[in-house]
Order: sequence, then structure tokens, then C-alpha cells
Amino acid sequence: MKRWLLWLGVLLVLAGLEASLRGLIGPYAYQITVLVGVNIILAVSLNLINGFTGQFSIGHAGFYAVGAYTSAALVKFGGPAIRGLVGFLPAIGQDAVLLLAGLAAAAIVAGIAGLAVGIPSLRLRGDYLAIVTLGFGEIIRVVILNVDSIGGARGFSGIEQLSNFFWVYFFVLVTIVVIHNIVHSSYGRAFVSIRDDEIAAEAMGVDTTRFKVLSFVISSMFAGIAGGLFGHFTMYLHPNSFTFVASFNVIIMIVIGGLGSIEGAVVGATVFTVALELLRKLGPFRLVSFAVLLVLIMIYRPQGLLGSWTLFKGRRKAAPKAMVV
Amino acid sequence: MKHRTWSHASFLVLTAALAACAGGDQSADEILIGEYGSLTGTTATFGISTKNGIEMATEAINAAGGLLGKQVRIIVEDDQGRPEEAQTVVSKLINSDRVVALLGEVASSNSLAAAPVAQQNRIPMISPSSTNPAVTEVGDFIFRVCFIDPFQGFVMAKFAANTLQFTNVAILRDIKSDYSVGLADVFIQNFTTLGGTIASDESYSGGDTDFSAQLTALKATNPQAIFVPGYYTEVGLIARQAKALGIQAPLLGGDGWDSPDLIEIGGEALEGSYFSNHYSVDDPSPAIQKFVTDYRAKYGETPDALAGLGYDAAMVLFDAIKRAGTTEPQALRDAIAATRNFAGVTGTTTLDEHRNAVKPAVVLQIKDAKLAYVETITP
Repeated sequence: MKRWLLWLGVLLVLAGLEASLRGLIGPYAYQITVLVGVNIILAVSLNLINGFTGQFSIGHAGFYAVGAYTSAALVKFGGPAIRGLVGFLPAIGQDAVLLLAGLAAAAIVAGIAGLAVGIPSLRLRGDYLAIVTLGFGEIIRVVILNVDSIGGARGFSGIEQLSNFFWVYFFVLVTIVVIHNIVHSSYGRAFVSIRDDEIAAEAMGVDTTRFKVLSFVISSMFAGIAGGLFGHFTMYLHPNSFTFVASFNVIIMIVIGGLGSIEGAVVGATVFTVALELLRKLGPFRLVSFAVLLVLIMIYRPQGLLGSWTLFKGRRKAAPKAMVV
Repeated sequence: MKHRTWSHASFLVLTAALAACAGGDQSADEILIGEYGSLTGTTATFGISTKNGIEMATEAINAAGGLLGKQVRIIVEDDQGRPEEAQTVVSKLINSDRVVALLGEVASSNSLAAAPVAQQNRIPMISPSSTNPAVTEVGDFIFRVCFIDPFQGFVMAKFAANTLQFTNVAILRDIKSDYSVGLADVFIQNFTTLGGTIASDESYSGGDTDFSAQLTALKATNPQAIFVPGYYTEVGLIARQAKALGIQAPLLGGDGWDSPDLIEIGGEALEGSYFSNHYSVDDPSPAIQKFVTDYRAKYGETPDALAGLGYDAAMVLFDAIKRAGTTEPQALRDAIAATRNFAGVTGTTTLDEHRNAVKPAVVLQIKDAKLAYVETITP
């Protein structure tokens, strides 16, 4: 009962912000705020693999792309049919149904892609896994480049704008809550045990491959959702947005925030996105100064801005299996 | 402790640097125009050439007293050649810098990403060199000063039929590229209208390296020329393999050939082949020669087509601001749309009802491993 009220309150606050934010901070800051949200979902989800399970994946942009294109394609080609089915709803309700259908498809297809990559490759460790995931990300991008019906090298244009601040931050909260609950469950402890010592984990009876694949699939699903939200916000998708550089950017976010901390991933994604925008004033020195900033953070805060600090530490100790919201 | 002090100091310096740069940049006696392009990244040469061209145009107009009694200032943003960055910087230029119009981008993918933002905010945008037809279809505030891809199919058909007096031409198209397919279709349509016949129509996929099957089939039909509207990498290989099979007919193509690497890959096999392009530095027209001389004096290099198109895009915009007598977006949009017979360095530009430029193209021939100007084909 209490939890329902909490969620209702959150939804009302988000809806209120959606209605007023664009006017308050201007469309440019609004756009950056939304992109921060998309990056938070990406960072928090990648943190599950890289931070909690200790597997080094550099193919996150691949799943992000799968989600973005799946959702955009479903809405573009199946949109009229879905709208017809829910024609009794007002326009805003139809948009919501359409977006949720697109995001569901994005999560499912990205999850399947995660499974397809995870099963054969997660028997590998360290550098080898990194290379496989890097290769996978590139395969996805090259496949998209060559599929004409979703735009190929031309880019996928004419995507309906369905996502906004409300939806992006709604899913930011969903991602954080779900991943937080997973991490603080017995599954989470299995993930962390794999990170800390894989052999010991196996000796204690943890099915390491199964848990690695599981963390990979969950992470891919959220990356897919982030992709769907991104595509329906920007209205245009191009394979160039999903190169391995995009994967590295997410890794940078979780490293500067603090590997293995959800709060760190949130802070990292925010700092990364906002700092790059603030540095625009520096013109040609923008990327150089950004690199200097990263170097400074790594020298003075090698554990990341937040390290493994967490808001819920006390509660986690008190109730190891608690499904805290 | 010392460690702590250092870290504080470096962050302070950085914050101070940021704050210093964050000063306001609005001024009543300036007209602000936004430019976005790839100044870093893999396509940085595109963005830099365009920026140089726009810079030259701006200096020229400011030296002549500016526009509407105000000086023109261009705010340049780097999009790193990435579509999502292009969209963000255009949103910044419009909402944060309050520019009255936008210039950019070169790559059609980046223009396509940014165009919806310009259209939503109803700020006119002129792309100097995005040739994909879809760009201006985004909306009525989006323009371009270059011709669209299929126009080159028309140019080469006219050139083959009228100048070269050929009646029998074969096609070899890149089936995976929109650009190539579009050029080939328009070529066939125009060439047959002009009385020619298509000897055969073969295709390959971008990235292929062996074309002997297609070339053998083409050779059997004995064409006078082969139209290959692909990109330079494959074209170079096709030329080599055609020569090896004993095909003497010249190759014809479009601006996808325009790269210094073309002759490096194709070598002597390309001698005598022709392709269409936006402009040629060897074009004897005085406007072009003056532009080339000025550009060389300022930047120490020969301007490529993108520099010329950047210059023209800025000049078309300045001309429209002058005619509109205001920078109010709707009036400015209408003035840009009314651009007729504007004499620029890349030819006389007229914007049609689809906001695309109707302008001449030049045909170049590869001669002694160099590009030689042949003629200008008008629409």
C-alpha cells in the first residue's frame, strides 16, 4: 500500500516536471537532462556486468543499438496497427502504449542478443571477453549499416517522438530500483562473489557461467530500453552513434563514478554528460580539457568519484535479502 | 595533506577556467549565425574546409559593412561527425546562443539528425553539401546549396550523349548504396531519352574486390563507355580489372570518385575516364579563380568543393538576410526560398520548390594522373 503511494507520488512529480521543465530551464538544458537520463540507464546497467559481476564488457553500445533500432522499427512499421488496437484511448495514452510496446520489444530483442553473445563468450575471461564483446558491438553496427529497410548507412529517419523527460526518468528509476534489488539479493551476492574470486565462487557452488550470462542478459535488456528511449527522443538513428566509442563512453562513466556503485554510475553518467556540454565553451580545446579532467579524476580519485559508497549500506547489512525500494 | 591541496588546486583552476568562459555572448549590434560541423573526428577535413569557406564569406561581408547595419558573427560548434552530437549542438545554437539561422552539415547523416530540431524550432538551416534527397524533405525550413545525388545521373547522361556522342553505354552500379542506385536510374532514364541505349546493367556490392564476372559480361556487349556511379575504392579496382580484361571503354562516374586516393588505387587504368563534381579549381570562370587565389593566400592550400560550397551557403544566407531586411525566422525562410540565379563560386544557384539547389555541375577528366576540367553542364 505504502509502496504504491510512493510510486504514485514519483509519477506525479515526474509529470509535473515534464510539464514545467522545458519552460524553466529552456529546451537545450532539457535535451541535455534527457540525455543524462539515457546515459544513467546505460551506466547503471553496464555497472551490473563490469562493476558487480567483474566481467569486462566493451560492447554495450551494441545492445543499445539493438534496442534503439528494434523499438524504432516496431513503432514505425507497426505503429498504425497498434494505434488502431488502442484507438479508444486519447492521443497521449496511445503514445504511451506505443512507446511501452517499443521498449518491451527493445528489451526482449536486446536481451536475446545478450543471451546469444553471453552463452558462448562468457566462458572466456578478462581480455578475451573484452575482445569478443567489442567484436559483437561492431557486428551489430555493420549489420545495421547493411539493412536497407531501417535506413542502412543513410540513417533511420522519421521516427516518432514518443519519449520525453517523464518516460526517461521513469525508466531511470525502474532501472535503479531493479538493479539495486538484484544486487542486494542472493543473485547479487553470487555476482559479487564471481567478481571477487571466480574460483572460490565456483568452489562454493556458484554456477559462474549461468550467473555471468544472467547478469549480461539483464544488463543488455536495460541497454535496449535506453536505446528505445534515445531513438524516440532524437527521432533519428544512425550507426555512427553506436560505434565502440559509445561503449567506451559508458565505461568511462562508470569508472569515474566508481565501479560497483549504483550511485557512482548515476553520478558518473551525469558528470560525463554535463561536463562535455560545459566544456563546449572551450571550442577546439574541449576534448583535450575533458581528457585532462578524466586524468585528474583518476589520479586523485582512482576509486571513482563515489568509490563503492552506497546510500543503502546500513540497511543492506541489517537485512541481507531485503527488497528495498 | 599536500596531496589534498594539490587536488583542490587543480579542480579550482579548472572550475575557474570554465566560469571564465561562461560569460554571456549576446550583443545587439551583431547578427548571430550558427554553424555545426565535424572539426574533429574521422571526417574532420569536411568540417574544416567548410568552416574555412564560411569564414571567408563572413570576413568579406563584414569588410563590406555587414548586414542590416550589423556585423555578422558565426558561432561554430564541433559535432565530431556524430549524429547525436549534431543534434545536441544545433539545439544549443538555437536555444542557448539564439542564432537566427544555421549552416551545416556536410555528411547527410548529420544533417538528417539535426534538421528535425531546426524545423521544430522554425529556424532556417542551409546545408552546404549534403546531397541525400531526404535532407530537405524534413521540412520547409531546411535548404541546401548543392545539387542532389540523382542530378549527377542527368549530368553524365547529357555529357555521354551530347559531348562524347556515345549511343551505347553499360552500367555497373553499387546495389547496396542508395546514392549509386539513384544515379544509375536517373542516368538510364535520361540517356535513353536522349536517344542512347543501355548495353547492359550489372551490379556489385560495396566492399567487393572482385568484379571480373560483371566486367566479362559487360565486355560481351561492347559498350562505348561504362557508367560506374560508385565510391572511389571500388571504382579504382574496377578500372584496374577492366583494363586487365582488355576493356578500352572509358569509365564515367559521379562525385563519389572525388578523392586523392582514387588515382592511387586505379592508377593508369583510369586515364581518360570522366566524372561529375560540384566545381573545379581549373574552371576558368573569374569568380572561381578569385576564390581559389584568395583561399590559397589565406589558408595556404587549394580549396576543395566543400570549401566552395561552404562559402556559397553563407553567401546565399547573407543575400537572403539582405533581401528580407530582417532576421525574423519566417521572413528569412521565405527570402532563402526565393533565391534565384545567385552567382556563387560553385555556379549559379536557384532554389527549387523542394528547397534544393538547381545549379550546374562540372565534368572532370583524369589525364596524366591529374584532374582536368572538361566542361560545365547546366540543368
